[in-house]
Amino acid sequence: MAAKKSQQFDPVETLHAIEEKFEMVQVLNEEGEIVNEQADPKLSDEELQELMSRMVYTRILDQRSISLNRQGRLGFYAPTAGQEASQLASHFALKKEDFILPGYRDVPQLIWHGWPLHQAFLFSRGHFMGNQMPEGLNILPPQIIIGAQYIQAAGVALGMQKRKKEAVAVTYTGDGGSSQGDFYEGINFAGSFRAPAIFFVQNNQYAISTPRELQTSAKTIAQKAVAAGIPGVLVDGMDPLAVYSVTRDARERAIRGEGPTLIETLCYRYGPHTMAGDDPTRYRTSDTDSEWEKKDPLIRFRKYLEAKGIWNEEKENEVIEKAKEEIKAAVKKADSAPKQTVTNLLEIMYEEVPFNVQEQLDIYKAKESK
Amino acid sequence: MAQMTMVQAITDALKTEMQNDENVLVFGEDVGNNGGVFRATEGLQKEFGEDRVFDTPLAESGIGGLAIGLALQGFRPVPEIQFFGFVYEVMDSISGQMARMRFRSGGSLNAPITLRSPFGGGVHTPEMHADSLELLMTSQPGLKVVVPSTPYDAKGLLISAIRDNDPVIFLEHLKLYRSGRQEVPEEAYTIPLGKADIKREGKDLTIIAYGAMVQESLKAAEELEKEGYSAEVIDLRTIQPLDIETIVASVEKTGRAMVVQEAQKQAGIAANVVAEIMDRAILSLEAPVLRVAAPDSIFPFSQAEQVWLPNSKDIIETAKKVLTF
Repeated sequence: MAAKKSQQFDPVETLHAIEEKFEMVQVLNEEGEIVNEQADPKLSDEELQELMSRMVYTRILDQRSISLNRQGRLGFYAPTAGQEASQLASHFALKKEDFILPGYRDVPQLIWHGWPLHQAFLFSRGHFMGNQMPEGLNILPPQIIIGAQYIQAAGVALGMQKRKKEAVAVTYTGDGGSSQGDFYEGINFAGSFRAPAIFFVQNNQYAISTPRELQTSAKTIAQKAVAAGIPGVLVDGMDPLAVYSVTRDARERAIRGEGPTLIETLCYRYGPHTMAGDDPTRYRTSDTDSEWEKKDPLIRFRKYLEAKGIWNEEKENEVIEKAKEEIKAAVKKADSAPKQTVTNLLEIMYEEVPFNVQEQLDIYKAKESK
Repeated sequence: MAQMTMVQAITDALKTEMQNDENVLVFGEDVGNNGGVFRATEGLQKEFGEDRVFDTPLAESGIGGLAIGLALQGFRPVPEIQFFGFVYEVMDSISGQMARMRFRSGGSLNAPITLRSPFGGGVHTPEMHADSLELLMTSQPGLKVVVPSTPYDAKGLLISAIRDNDPVIFLEHLKLYRSGRQEVPEEAYTIPLGKADIKREGKDLTIIAYGAMVQESLKAAEELEKEGYSAEVIDLRTIQPLDIETIVASVEKTGRAMVVQEAQKQAGIAANVVAEIMDRAILSLEAPVLRVAAPDSIFPFSQAEQVWLPNSKDIIETAKKVLTF
């Protein structure tokens, strides 16, 4: 590295210069107008309709999940409304062979990747059959430890590189997750190996109640990529076309052997952190809520598609009805899962049951067969 | 057959399994070109290439996560944690993640990872290098924990560990790496996990030990022999799951037992063995089952190490209490 001799290095100026480079990528503004022709992914009408359908479907799934939770018919649930563009438009740029390592709010991406809906409900209800992954489905169950999926994503990506697969490992965390050690280790390992990974930070502004500005003095989370020597992108996470566009580009770079990308999607969760008693009014104002609701991904995408003449109320209602029916059927299917036993659990501890577990299995088999 | 030290037997096991299965990957800090700080991976990168034997950035948690991710792509990762005192940095990957992989996926996924790491005292290391932290591993359901005490066992156990489809923590005692040589077959052979080994037969007393304490127990048994006591020495070899059958059969034969561990007394591997004996063989006992363990302090600064670590004299003293009760 050439030493700079003529004048003193100014670290503050350098930091500001780097930070200013991280401008938010937007394609579709809040009015549903294309504001960045260059970044417009130019999806076909069918693709645009499909993406819209998935976002509408997922909004309904979120509403139904919240109501099922309140009725005591679902367990753990982390609401997703507000994050549809971040979640579904990023997923829309992926392929079946890509491997998703999700956080606990990322159930929608898993479902659109092929996780059967009734299994997602079983996961929520705390039934082991929820996480039994069908053969060939490239996902992990939702991660609970914040950031743990980041280092595993580096490993999946390195494995794909070694297997010479045309595929990427994709992982998601939140703004809080970007403070974890594993966040840094994950992006740094993947960068060091030039492994094909995409690291998402869905910056929904709050880690439970802790606001984004308390997480870091970094102006953006995307700029943390600089320290790992990998590309970082800040994108409007309420804009499906922008999210799709930057994800597709990151995927292409990864497949070309150019290594991982960190993508920060600026978004908002309208609901509570989870349905287990979090009360957002303790840490957010309704003014902030309504400010973000104006940016809603469904509203702007609907405007855009309607202006193109490829979406209308009738189409939207079809999706809503389909979602409601499928959710109903999936709940029914989840209801029919066999009762979970301790025997079930002891049987899946090891491939070959060791002596100590076998003794306990015998006890529980006898107990539970009564 | 060749005469090998334990560290050579470990290298040989890695080499054997890398030849046997192209999915076996060896990685960690300084394991590539440098061959590991104890030379346990000496020559492997040269033989198998940088794709299969590679250095990682310096971050233990990252190494653990990398192993899990590679396992999800069908590899059989053998990561090294440079010293087991650094395990706290990778605890979530081990106990929170790989130990739960089979379970949390309802049996649909698994993590065939063998995590190797040197541990144990007696060689004057700096802080956090020599602690006996194996209890952290044995208390976590989903893991198997293996501690070899001889070169022959080390090779056979490591091959079994690598072939196992569940995560195995393979702990290599620092003091045993080069403390002796033994005939070790050149071909692949396995020693089943979960099987203890009777390292010396006896009829008056059962001494149960693992790791470096096996050698100390054998020394003690020789001394006791001179005084007319016949002590049987069981090397646990796998400390999770325990080979309860072998322990109980021996105690039923001798009627007296004691357990030796290098870890602090409160780190209760020995306590667990005692409880198992109580559960299963109390009517065979002629005396209380006593323990020899290190005192409940933090692992000592190196100048106090020799006094702090349990040795054959401590074992003899306790053995006599059990024998004369």
